[in-house]
Amino acid sequence: MQEKTIRESDKQRESMERALKTLGNLIYDQITNREFPWIMMQSRSMDNIIYDSEIKQYVLGDKMVRRHSRNIAHIRPFTQFIWTAWFARELLRLRKTSTLREVYYSARGQRDIEFKNQTESDNIITDLETALNRPREDFNVYPEERSAIFGDLTIEYTVPGYEGKRMNLTEHPDGVMIGPALTSSEFIETSADKVLVIEKGAMFTRLVEERAHERFNALLIHTAGQSPRSTRTIIQRLCRDKKMPVYIFTDGDPWGIHIAMVIISGSINAAHLRGLATPEAKWIGVWATDIINYDLPTENLTDFDLKRLKELKEDPRYREELWQREINTFMKIGKKAELEAFSRYGLTYIVDEYLPAKLELA
Amino acid sequence: MTKPEVEITYQSISPSDFFYRNREIAGFSNPSRAIYAAVRELLENSLDACESISIPPKIYLRITEITPSDAERESAVYVLRIEDNGTGIPSEHIPRCFGQVFYGSKYNLKQARGTFGLGGTITVLYGQITTHKPVKVVSSTGVEIHEYEMMIDIEYNRPMILRHTVLENKKGWRGTIVELHLEGDYTRSMSKLYEYLKQTAMVCPYADITFVDPKGRLYRFESATNVMPKPPKTVRPHPHGIDVETLRRMTATSKVKNMKLFMIEQFQGVGVMTAEKFLNFAGIDPKTDPKSLSPDDVVKLVRAAKEFKEFLRPDASCLSPLGEELLSTGIRKELNLTEKDFLRVYQRHPSTYSGFPFIVEAAIALGRSLSKNEEGSKMIYRFANRIPLLFDESSCVVWKVVNKNINWSTYKVSNDTPLVIAVHLCSTKIPYKSVGKEFLADQPEVEKEITNALRHIARYLRLYISRNIRLAKEKRRLNVFEKFLPKIAEFSAKLADKPEPPDIKPLLNAVGAELPEVERKIREVPQIAGEND
Repeated sequence: MQEKTIRESDKQRESMERALKTLGNLIYDQITNREFPWIMMQSRSMDNIIYDSEIKQYVLGDKMVRRHSRNIAHIRPFTQFIWTAWFARELLRLRKTSTLREVYYSARGQRDIEFKNQTESDNIITDLETALNRPREDFNVYPEERSAIFGDLTIEYTVPGYEGKRMNLTEHPDGVMIGPALTSSEFIETSADKVLVIEKGAMFTRLVEERAHERFNALLIHTAGQSPRSTRTIIQRLCRDKKMPVYIFTDGDPWGIHIAMVIISGSINAAHLRGLATPEAKWIGVWATDIINYDLPTENLTDFDLKRLKELKEDPRYREELWQREINTFMKIGKKAELEAFSRYGLTYIVDEYLPAKLELA
Repeated sequence: MTKPEVEITYQSISPSDFFYRNREIAGFSNPSRAIYAAVRELLENSLDACESISIPPKIYLRITEITPSDAERESAVYVLRIEDNGTGIPSEHIPRCFGQVFYGSKYNLKQARGTFGLGGTITVLYGQITTHKPVKVVSSTGVEIHEYEMMIDIEYNRPMILRHTVLENKKGWRGTIVELHLEGDYTRSMSKLYEYLKQTAMVCPYADITFVDPKGRLYRFESATNVMPKPPKTVRPHPHGIDVETLRRMTATSKVKNMKLFMIEQFQGVGVMTAEKFLNFAGIDPKTDPKSLSPDDVVKLVRAAKEFKEFLRPDASCLSPLGEELLSTGIRKELNLTEKDFLRVYQRHPSTYSGFPFIVEAAIALGRSLSKNEEGSKMIYRFANRIPLLFDESSCVVWKVVNKNINWSTYKVSNDTPLVIAVHLCSTKIPYKSVGKEFLADQPEVEKEITNALRHIARYLRLYISRNIRLAKEKRRLNVFEKFLPKIAEFSAKLADKPEPPDIKPLLNAVGAELPEVERKIREVPQIAGEND
């Protein structure tokens, strides 16, 4: 079992390295053939981002773009692109990981390659993802992590120095940070039969304290706001591989709704990647109708909130009845409620009353 | 009622006396302007004296300080000496040329620097009233040398000869030397004086000017050519430019019997047909005796002459423009332009205003060797009958054309482009706005010609600038490729596990291939400048 998992992660790494080397060869040969090097990739411009109602996700259309070093406007990003590919290959070869920010800093001091800001380097990394059709986690580039997981799940690390080492995710009461090591680990066994995703750290801590993982037989995941891609990958893997249903629990406002939707249907920014969305996941609250039914303390919706609600209403991902009903209700009552609003009925109310009721409904 | 005790005296004054009292209108308004004006008047006389016989001028100018600056008045006494190799003045004319206001050789109808017969005498007059010293004039027309020491009798506008010596002229010297004392402020006039000499050298590239200043410094403005512009011819007046008084005098002295012959004989470009047609138009019988014309007839004729449309254009042979070749030689020499700089000169066809013929010559220069003008505005050189105009630039029509009439952005000229513009106006009558002769009035015909001349050149300038912009762009492009291609090669080799980066030279050669072609085109521009349009 142990040897098998290591071989698999090695295999994945090797295929990624091969893809990068192929890219290098392509460009090397172009120059040798007295051709200005160029690459083709799918266009990520808005007109090529299409909603695929079949898989309920934004995907890229057929439009391709050519990045050509003959073009004076392209040559600098093109050079940065090659450098980033080389940097990714070095990461894999040295079995290191890097955050997005570290990539930005690693180019510092590289004459003529240096990025102006992290937005620029993030963009080049997305180019590389698009060109290779692989998420950046595959070449060991991760975002800054703030999200965490807690519950009865035993994992086995594959990162250097920890190969084969196992851990149960209940070992740390603050939860285990979802970083590169956890993302690349194998899931060995679990007694849980569902995943409960929570938007906010405070509520995650409350659920751990109230032993919600035992009461609901669930793994708890804290997304720290809009969930990072590695977190979405974990959620997707748990749902796909372990066949666990996923329930998402957010603030009752347009921003909370969208945190749930990105987990379910993916984001526009990651339209070039598959395997990040979990269409089976369910948003269980806080709904607008909950605000009415539970008589929750509320705040008024701001103009900004209302504008966002109107946008969501038009978004193809929100076509289904549940979403339309809740969006309309929010607009009708003009109110919103945070997860913490349940404290009005005592600290344990949410675990004792609300969640069981909502899970049953789902 | 008692009579007021005021005694009113009436007197007449001589022209000398008039200029003595009003010397500022001739440019001698203060000590620093006085030095400048004195040099200018004498130098222009010298240049005219040489050019009239097509001899390249060799002029030696020296200013020596004899009594140091007066602390209170900030002025000193100087000796100004100028030597030329011109025609020389016949002995009998010397005293009156320098001792009588309104006496000269330039009252006929052709282009000359001076026209009033005033410059030489007023300089002597100014020297005399500030230092009370005589002027020394040495001159020879090639035979014996005449040396005069003289002063002006201001009240009676006549010369007083103190000494007249005739010397042997063994070496056959020809020319004129003038030496006079005057009060002035050299330090203050220094920069303008230098600018004046430099611009004179620019507009007279065939002249050789040496200047030794009071501090002992030597300035040399060497000639760059021996070629001289064709001297102007004296012409008969054009009917369009005539006035009542001139016509009256002409009729009074005419020897012909009738008006038809009078028109043909006295005016340029009038033949039998035109004379008949015109007199018919004016309502004057062609058989009328010119002497018998009534004052009303004279006025009627002058009015008709202005309205009659069938006269030929005024004869421009009385003008002596420099020509494109000479003007460009002068500008190139004094601005130290290199082959790579842009310089284009254009001469318009003769035109007329109020019956006076004129020709506009203009030039535009642009180049790396030209430093930016301090205010960031365009450097303008103005010339009228080969005289540099240095003062009151913003009142001049040239300034108006450059700054108001022409939209330079059309020609890709930006505000900090170090542009040099030169305009030379030749005419039998320069439309000066004031007696000081420093700026041109905005005579519509003249303004139009200057505008057209500059616009014409500016079209070539635009070509030059846009090609330069393209060249810079191509160079920048090449730089970008030189910067990034090695990196692409380096990292693609590393990525592909190759020991050496691929050769990028063929790619760089392909990018740089257009450079020589663009550079060649830029160098072509001055060649186009020599072609006829």
